[in-house]
Amino acid sequence: MGVTLRRRSLAAVAILATAALGLVACSKSDDANTGSSSTEQITLNVDVFGNFGYEELYKKYMQDHPNIKIVERGTGGQLGDFTQQVTQRIAAGSGLGDVLAVEEGMSIDIKAKGNNFVDLKEYGAAELSGNFLDWKVAGMTTDDGKIIGLGTDVGGMAMCYRTDLFKKAGLPTERDKVSALWPTWNDYITVGKQFKANPAVKDAGFLDAVTNTYNTILMQEAGNTTGYTYFDKQGNYVTDSNPAVKKAWDLSVEILNAGLSAKLQAWTPEWNNGFKNAKFATIACPAWMTGYITSQNGDAGKGKWDIAKAPGNGGNWGGSWLAVPKQSKHPKEAAELAKFLTSPEGQIAAFKSKGNLPSSPKALDDPAVKAAVNEYFSNAPTGQIYGEGAKLLKPVYLGAKNVPVRTAVENALRTVEQGTRKADAAWTAAVADGKKAA
Amino acid sequence: MTVPTTTPSHAAPTPRPPRIDVSPRRLRGARRSRLDMKVSPYLYIAPFFIVFGIFGAYPLLYTAWVALHDWEVGTDNPTYVGLDNFTKILSDSNFWNAVLNTIGIFVISTVPQLLLALVLANALNKKLRGRTLLRMGVLIPNITSVAAVAIVFSQLYSRDFGLINWVLGFFGIGPYEWQAYKWSSWVAISTMVDWRWIGYNALIYLASMQSIPRDIYESAALDGASPSKQFWRITIPMLKPTIIFTVIISTIGGLQLYAEPLLFNGGASAFLGGSMRQSQTVTMYLMEQFYGRFQFGDMATVAWLLFLLILIFSAVNYAITSRLESSGKRGGAK
Repeated sequence: MGVTLRRRSLAAVAILATAALGLVACSKSDDANTGSSSTEQITLNVDVFGNFGYEELYKKYMQDHPNIKIVERGTGGQLGDFTQQVTQRIAAGSGLGDVLAVEEGMSIDIKAKGNNFVDLKEYGAAELSGNFLDWKVAGMTTDDGKIIGLGTDVGGMAMCYRTDLFKKAGLPTERDKVSALWPTWNDYITVGKQFKANPAVKDAGFLDAVTNTYNTILMQEAGNTTGYTYFDKQGNYVTDSNPAVKKAWDLSVEILNAGLSAKLQAWTPEWNNGFKNAKFATIACPAWMTGYITSQNGDAGKGKWDIAKAPGNGGNWGGSWLAVPKQSKHPKEAAELAKFLTSPEGQIAAFKSKGNLPSSPKALDDPAVKAAVNEYFSNAPTGQIYGEGAKLLKPVYLGAKNVPVRTAVENALRTVEQGTRKADAAWTAAVADGKKAA
Repeated sequence: MTVPTTTPSHAAPTPRPPRIDVSPRRLRGARRSRLDMKVSPYLYIAPFFIVFGIFGAYPLLYTAWVALHDWEVGTDNPTYVGLDNFTKILSDSNFWNAVLNTIGIFVISTVPQLLLALVLANALNKKLRGRTLLRMGVLIPNITSVAAVAIVFSQLYSRDFGLINWVLGFFGIGPYEWQAYKWSSWVAISTMVDWRWIGYNALIYLASMQSIPRDIYESAALDGASPSKQFWRITIPMLKPTIIFTVIISTIGGLQLYAEPLLFNGGASAFLGGSMRQSQTVTMYLMEQFYGRFQFGDMATVAWLLFLLILIFSAVNYAITSRLESSGKRGGAK
C-alpha cells in the first residue's frame, strides 16, 4: 500500500511539475516577443471594426518595410462589440493592438483615458495637422494638448431618400430638386406632412426614427450657436439651459407629432427590415451609411435610392481616428504605420476601396474623390455631396460624459416616439436622467 | 492453527515488530511513507482548491476590495471611499428598478416553467410511441444558443412584422410594441426563458419520476385512484426533493438573467433595457456601470449586492422548502 501511495504521490508531483513547466513555457514564449529594434521581425496588430479598406495599403507598407508584418483584427465586426472589447482591454491593461481604431462615439471616452495612449506629437503628429480638417484634429487633442489620434475618415451628413416612395407620394425625385425642398428643418417637416398626406404611401414613415435626426439637428444647431451641447466648456451640465438642445428637441417632437417617424429604432432587426420593406422614405445619411443601406437593402434597392443635401446643410456623424495604445511594444513603428494609413494618399486609397470619406481637405479635393459617384444611389456624386458638408461643419465641444447623457436624452425622446410619455414629461425626464448620468 | 499477525494488506496500521535493519536508507523510506500518508490526500484535492482559489475566491475578494474604491476604467489611481459606493448604489432608483425587473421576470417565468415541466415530464413518463425521441427532443431548446433564441423571439414579438402581433390582429388587438412597456417586455422575456428551460427541468423531473416504484401506482389504481389523483397524491409528494432542487437552480439562474433581456430590447446601449429601463435586470445594470459609465468601483459594488441578493433568496427558499419537507414527512407518516 505504501508503494502504491508513493507512486501516486509521485504521479501527482509529476503532474504539478508538468503544469508548472507548461506555465514556464508559456511565459517564455511571451518573452520572445518583447524588445524591438528596427531590423527585428515584428508584428503590428491593427484593431478595427467594420471595413477600413486598408488591405492594399498594408501590402504596400509591408513591401517597403520587410521587417514588419501587419495583422488586421476585427475586420467586419460590430462597433458595439468593438467598443466593449476596447473598454475591457484598457481595464485589463493588456490585449489592445498596436494601432487602434477609435470611432467618434467612443472618442470622448478615449480622450478622457488619454493617459493610456501614446502622444503622437512625439512622432511628428503636430506637423501633420494641416493634413486634416480642423475639427478632426480637435477631436483627438486632449485638454493638456496631447494628440492621441490621427483622423481617418469623416461621416459627413446628407439625406438619403427613396425615389420610389417619393414618386408614389407625388414629390420630385431629382436630387437637386429634393435638396431645394428642404433648406431648413421646418421645410423638411412640411415636406414630410405632404408625404404622409398621400394615401399611396400610408404604410411608410417619412423617416426611420427620430433619434439620429435629433442628433444631426443638435450638432448643426450647436455648431451655429453655442458651440457646445450638454456640457459647456467649463464642464457644467447645461442640458436645460442650452437653447441648441431645446431647439433640436422641439423640432424632433414636432416631427413625432406630425406622425412622420416609422418608429424603427436604429441598429435593431426591425430597422434592418425597414430598409428591405421600404418602411421609410428618408434617413439621416453620413457617407458610411450608404454602405450600410447597400448591404441591408441589397440588389432589390439598387437605383431606388438617391442622396440630397441635409436640411440645415452639413453636419457629421461618425468617422474615426487611429491611436497607438501605450500597451504597444512597438510604439514607434505603430505610430509610423498610423501616419502612413491616415496620410492623404492613404485616405484616398481607403475611399476608393470602401467609400470611407477622407478627413483630409487635400484628399477631399482630390479629383478621384470629387468625381466619385455611387452607382447604387442613382449615380449620386458622393465625394462632392459629402465633402462640402464636412468642410462646412463647425467644431462642437462635447463633455467627457457626453455619451451617457446623450443616451439618456435619446431614450427620453424615444418614450415620446413610443407613446409612453407626453413630450413635456419626457423633457423633464431627459434633463433629470441626463443629470444623473453626468 | 496460527493466524498470521501481519498480512501485507493489514500491515500498515498495526504496530510492526521491531526491525533489525536501521540503515539510514530504510529510515528515510519510512519517513517518506509517513509524509506520503499525511500530505498526499491534500495534494489530490489541491487542484480543485487551486482552481477555486484562482477563479473563485480571488475574484470574490478582489471585487470586494474594488467595491471600496472610487475607480474609473483607465485611471491608475483608485481612491479608497469605504462604503460610499454601497450607499450610492442603494439610493439609486435605477438599481431598485433593476431589482424589481429581475424579481418580476423571475416570478412570471419560473412558476409556469416548473409547472409545465412537471406536466411535460408526466406525459413523457407514460408509454408513448417514440418515447426516447420525444425525451431527447425536449432538450433541444436548451442546447440552442441563447442568442439564436433571443433573435428568433425578438422577431416573433416584432411590432410591425411579428407573428404574435399578426395573430393578435385577427382578434382586433394591438399591434403592441412589446419592448415599450414593462409588463409586455417581462412577459416576452419570460417566454424566452421558459422555452429554453422547460425541457431541461422536465428531464430532471422525469428521471426522478422513474425512481418512484411502480407498485405504488398499481395499488393506488387498484384502490380506484384516477390518473390525476395519482399525479397529485403520489407523484408530486415523491418529487418534493427534486422540486426543491429545481427551484433553487432556477432562482440562481433567474437572478442572473442577462442575455435574453439584453438581446430583446437591443439597439445601441442595449444594457439599459429599453427607453425607460423597462427590462433592465441587475446584471445589465452591472454592465452599465462598467461599459456605460466606466465605473469599476460601482460595478464591483453591484456585483456584491447581487451576490447578497442571491444569498438572501437562497436562504428564503431553503427556509420555505425545508418546512415543506418536514410537513411532507408528517404527511407521509399518517
